[in-house]
Formats: sequence, C-alpha cells, structure tokens
Amino acid sequence: MTSDIKRGVSLYSFQHETFQGKMTLEDCFKACADMGASGIEVIGEQTFWGWPEAAVDDAKIEEWHHLIKTYNATAVCHDFMLDYKRYKGRTMSLEEQVASVRKDLDFAARLGVKYVRALVSIAPEVLVVAAPYAEEKDIKILIEVHAPLHFDHPWIIRHAEAFEKSGSDALGFLPDMGMFLFKFPPVWKERFIRNGVPRHIADYIEKAYEDRVLSEYVILNVREMGGEGPALGMAETLRHNAAFEPKRMLDYMHRIHNIHGKFYQMDENLVEPSIPYEEIVRVLKQGGYKGYICSEYEGNRWIEDAQEVDSVEQVRRQQEMLKSLIGEPTPTALAT
Amino acid sequence: MFDKMMLCDEGFENAVENGETIGFSLLARLPYYRGLGLSMIEDIGLTIDGEPVKREDIRFSVRGRSWTLDEMETVYDDRWNFGEKAKVTVLRTGGLTPGAHKVDIAVRMRVSYLPFVPTTKTGRELQLAA
Repeated sequence: MTSDIKRGVSLYSFQHETFQGKMTLEDCFKACADMGASGIEVIGEQTFWGWPEAAVDDAKIEEWHHLIKTYNATAVCHDFMLDYKRYKGRTMSLEEQVASVRKDLDFAARLGVKYVRALVSIAPEVLVVAAPYAEEKDIKILIEVHAPLHFDHPWIIRHAEAFEKSGSDALGFLPDMGMFLFKFPPVWKERFIRNGVPRHIADYIEKAYEDRVLSEYVILNVREMGGEGPALGMAETLRHNAAFEPKRMLDYMHRIHNIHGKFYQMDENLVEPSIPYEEIVRVLKQGGYKGYICSEYEGNRWIEDAQEVDSVEQVRRQQEMLKSLIGEPTPTALAT
Repeated sequence: MFDKMMLCDEGFENAVENGETIGFSLLARLPYYRGLGLSMIEDIGLTIDGEPVKREDIRFSVRGRSWTLDEMETVYDDRWNFGEKAKVTVLRTGGLTPGAHKVDIAVRMRVSYLPFVPTTKTGRELQLAA
C-alpha cells in the first residue's frame, strides 16, 4: 500500500559532523538528496550562527534558498528554542515570550518553511496569543510532544484544549517518535556499562523496562542491588521514557503536521531495535497522515566515547526503512 | 555530548600583551547541540595541573569581543555559537611553562527547558607551545 507520507531529515541528525566542521550545509543537503529525502528541517540557531541573539545576514538566507533549489528540496520546519530563562533570576513574561515567538516566525518566513517547532515546555497561552501572527505568515506553530510527555499527559491535553478553544488552525502538534520507546536502546545500555554499571544490573534494568515495571520500583530495586552513581542514572532514564502507544496519535491527526523520526541506532538489517516504526507508520497511514517524517538521529551522544560516529550512514539506513514502510512506488525505470 | 571536543588541541598558548606575558589561553567549544546566548553561560571552570583558576581571572572571547564571566551574565546580543571555538584566557603573570599541562574544563549552562542546570566536564593533557 502506498501513502502520501513524505520523507525528510532534520539536520540535527548530522550534529556530530557539523559541530566539528566536517560537514558543510551543502554537504547536509547533498546527503539528504542522495537518500531521496526531500524535506529539510533545521534548528535555526544550530544551523545559522548568531540566531536569535543577532541578525542573520541575507547572504546566509540566500545560500539556504540556493541549496533548496539546487537539491530540489522542501524547507519543512524551523525548530525554535525560546530561552525563557535568558535573564538570570527571572522567567520571561508572557509578553516577552510572545515577542520572541513572533521573531522566530519572522525568521521562519525568511527560510520559507510552513512549520515551526515549539519546545514542549512552552505554555499554551504563549502559543495561543502568537497564533494570529502565525496565521498572517501562513505558518503553523507545532508543539513537540516529546518524552517524558505524551498525548495522554494533562500538560498536552491542556494544549489540545487551548488549541481547540482558540479556533486557530495555526496551532498543532509535532510528535517525537522517541515517546514510543518499546525497548531499552542497546546503545544506551552499552554506554552505561562503559560508565561503570555492573552488567547484571544493566540486564535487570533492560528486562524491567521490557516488563513495563514502574520506574520508581526499578530505581528502588537497583539501589537494593547495591547500584549507585551510573547504575541509578541508568535506572532513572525510566522516569523520562516509556512505551506509550502510537495509536494515541489518532485523536489528534487533524493537528499533526510534522513528525520527528527520532532514532538511536539503525542496525545493518535496517531495524531500529527500540522504536516500533512498523506500528508507527501503520498508525500514521490509518490516520491519513500526509506530512513529512523527518529523521532525527540522536545516537551520537551514546557512542561517541567508544567509536567513530557515522551519522550519514545511520540516517541513510533509517530512510531506507521508512521508504519501505511507507511503500513508495518503485521508479518505473527500476520496476521493469 | 561532545564532552571530549570541548577542549581543542590547538591554540593552547601564552597570552602576550605589549611584550608582557599576562597569562595563557586555550580554545573551547560549548558541549551542546545548539549554541547559547552568553547570558545563559553560568560558569566556565578551569583547573590547570590540579590547581583551580579563580572565576575573576577568566576572560571569554569570540570573534574579537571579550568579557569577564560576570559581564557575560548580562550580554543579550551575542552567543557562543554551535561548534564555535571560543578563546578562554586566564590572567596569570608569566603564563605557563612550555610543554605538557593537565587542563580540566567544566561548563555550566542555564537551559530553559531542562529541570536541572547541567555541567559538562572534560580534561586531558595539552601541549603549550614554546
């Protein structure tokens, strides 16, 4: 079965290489084009030096548009941060936060994206007040539903209710697939073992995660097994991660316009061992999703101490997996 | 993340002003997946050969601008960009002797969405050029 789901990449995925200057912006575009991933998502302030404290030169924006055109790409989303703790000792007021969002909407308009990502900690009232400006710019503000939050959490329900009450189509959701973590990621486990967690405790935590044991019980048990420091740190990851169900997205399909294809590792068989992509794509098809799934590789930080990171290969494998799950038609030249 | 990449192997040298060695400097990167506005850099801690450097003896520079760590707390128009090598200078008359020195660095940053204030550390021996 084919579908209208499209493939994209968040350039967050290549952070290990771009941080060190090993990949330029053009290298990123080229890598995505080679994988047939047409959508490009950015964290504005990662890709464009200066933003948001200082203005970004027109030349940089022109380069962006040149690359979009050259690689036949689509600018999908600008992820803004909104540092509401910018001023030491006080949180920004509602007015200051709204002004900051408007500034990022202006920047998003310069990039030509249809969506901006709001971090999950941003309050619904900020987004509701900013919505009319987003409507003017024909941009939607999507709050990122990210673990440990999920679609049944009261904080997200508050957002959903505020969005409906506002009557604005410019407000929506951007689910991060990391919230559907159905197994403890092997790269996390190995890193914790390298950090000093005894293997029998690591094995216990992994099994307890699969058995869906409440995080607080796991932490207590690890303490009673003699675990300290890194072992408790490993157990505490269960406070921030859980195997929520992909089908919970179905109630919100009318407001889901972009998706973060979070992953921690892709093995040689094109499988993400901890995030259930087969089920995820099945649910998205059932919900009639027509937007992008943008790869978001976050495995680098778990392996960089022990091995060379190859973000491009990891993303390529995920894109292959997505292509097959989405069921893109084979190009006719290859089909014969 | 990027822990080991916080310290750069190059650029570790004595700082000379008007013919006088006023201290030494090194190049450092922010261990974070984006940059950060300078007002949110809470602290940069340095230890040289096991001896902690006083906060007031540190200067932070990017692209030709320079601040004390206290001054940075109210800088709202500039940032430590993603992957950017900042020059961190320590005021110490006479600087350091050429050769190997153990350098430890710790950066504490105020990240709005995190329910804690993270500190990232790394340390290794760097070679100060003669």
